[in-house]
Amino acid sequence: MVSFRLEAGEMAFLTGHSGAGKSSLLKLITLIERASAGQIVVNGHNLTRLGRREIPRLRRNIGIIFQDYRLLHDRTVFDNVALPLIVTGLQRRDVARRVRAALDMVGLLNKEKRYPVTLSGGEQQRVGIARAVVHKPPLLLADEPTGNLDPELSREIMTLFELFNQVGVSVLIASHDLELIGSLPYRVLTLEQGRLIHDGGMVAR
Amino acid sequence: MSAAKAPSGRPQGAGATRKGVRRGLKGYLERHLQVLIHALGRLSRNPLSTLMTTAVIGIALALPAGLYLVVDHVRDLGGQWRETTRISLFLKQGLADEEARRLAERLAGEAEVEGTEYVSPAQALEEFREFSGFGEVLDALDGNPLPGLITVQPISSLPPEAIQSLLERLRALPEVDIAQLDMEWVRRLHSLVDLVQRGILVIAILLALAVLLIVGNTLRLDIESRREEIVITKLIGATDGFIRRPFLYTGFWYGLGGALVALLLVNLSLVLLQGPVQRLAGLYGSDFRLGFTSPEMVILLLAAGVMLGLAGALLAVGRHLRDIEPE
Repeated sequence: MVSFRLEAGEMAFLTGHSGAGKSSLLKLITLIERASAGQIVVNGHNLTRLGRREIPRLRRNIGIIFQDYRLLHDRTVFDNVALPLIVTGLQRRDVARRVRAALDMVGLLNKEKRYPVTLSGGEQQRVGIARAVVHKPPLLLADEPTGNLDPELSREIMTLFELFNQVGVSVLIASHDLELIGSLPYRVLTLEQGRLIHDGGMVAR
Repeated sequence: MSAAKAPSGRPQGAGATRKGVRRGLKGYLERHLQVLIHALGRLSRNPLSTLMTTAVIGIALALPAGLYLVVDHVRDLGGQWRETTRISLFLKQGLADEEARRLAERLAGEAEVEGTEYVSPAQALEEFREFSGFGEVLDALDGNPLPGLITVQPISSLPPEAIQSLLERLRALPEVDIAQLDMEWVRRLHSLVDLVQRGILVIAILLALAVLLIVGNTLRLDIESRREEIVITKLIGATDGFIRRPFLYTGFWYGLGGALVALLLVNLSLVLLQGPVQRLAGLYGSDFRLGFTSPEMVILLLAAGVMLGLAGALLAVGRHLRDIEPE
């Protein structure tokens, strides 16, 4: 049983051993998986009652960041970041403006014409983050965003998340990097075997 | 923030004004055009496999189209030859020349008849004497054994069934002894053409099915190779329609390309056949020649290609896209 509420504009960590259900929880929120019981409400929409055709609309309100970045390798950095805008059918010139703004935020404005494989892991993750925020979703979900990065890069990424949180975006980060989480002053939700065993400002050991 | 909060996700406020609607429509067309061109670009980046698929579709379309053209020409040829089919009316012995001539004139005035020609028994005897070489035998006979003859030329547009009924009617005339028409071969040709056309229809349906499967299978592989891209796009909030679009347009290009290849193949074959056919026709004293594909044929072939391409794409997309979901 997991029951919690993330307020609008709040930032929190989701932690626990692998297999504790962190990823499953994120998948339930993005309707990659369906809950067999219980309720999930995102931005006032009850997901249990959401039909298949309404899933895209839900996902457009969420920015998702993956451990393995999940970039399209046959497209440039610019095109990767533009994708969430393209799927909503935004006009071309507006797309370019907003893509550049997002790339500027993550500090990759000068690499928009590069292909993802030519970038370092940290840069690729920043492209992933730019893609997640380019359409200005009210909620950001990150699944082990620093899992493949060294501590210094991880801290940089966290700073980016804090930046977005400061402009009002709700952020939920799944991570098992307890050291990093412990160094930051945010709410921590700890899962164990699919149950919420701790909810507060401290990491449960 | 407005785009994220608006439930429709449309930046133009659902097009409340006319300008908004027009702008929305323009954007919609622009997006489709972009995907259409993008799909063509993707195909051109794999020229060899694209060319091979297009060629296979082209051959599959060219076969029934070419056969149809040939049969159509043969049917035309049958029409030309029908002009030489005549009904011969052998008149009863002892019918006066005057009466026979009047009958010939009356028949010539009928709607189904192009013209008539009367050969009197005396003329017939003369011709026979001249051409048969049995002149002495005729001299041995007392009197003229040959009947009068009216040849009736039906109008050329008359179908075989109507010719048949005209024959029956003429046969029933009291002046006529025997009415003859050597139209068996015309009928045979016509039923042969019908049979072949039916056969071509069957072949066309089978080959259309093959095109459907070729496009479907090619796109199935395409979808499979772009699985990761589809998953990511779905995660980002793309609708099924958005994901379907590039594949449908790829099917469109395959169909159009295949139809163009088919047109090329058919017309090339026609050029190659032109010389020998004309020589053959010349031997029969005919000015028969093969034309190129008619504009109707071009439109029909292009439309068929595009339809089959789109249908094949729909088939593949419908079956496989739904299976690809983020895990």
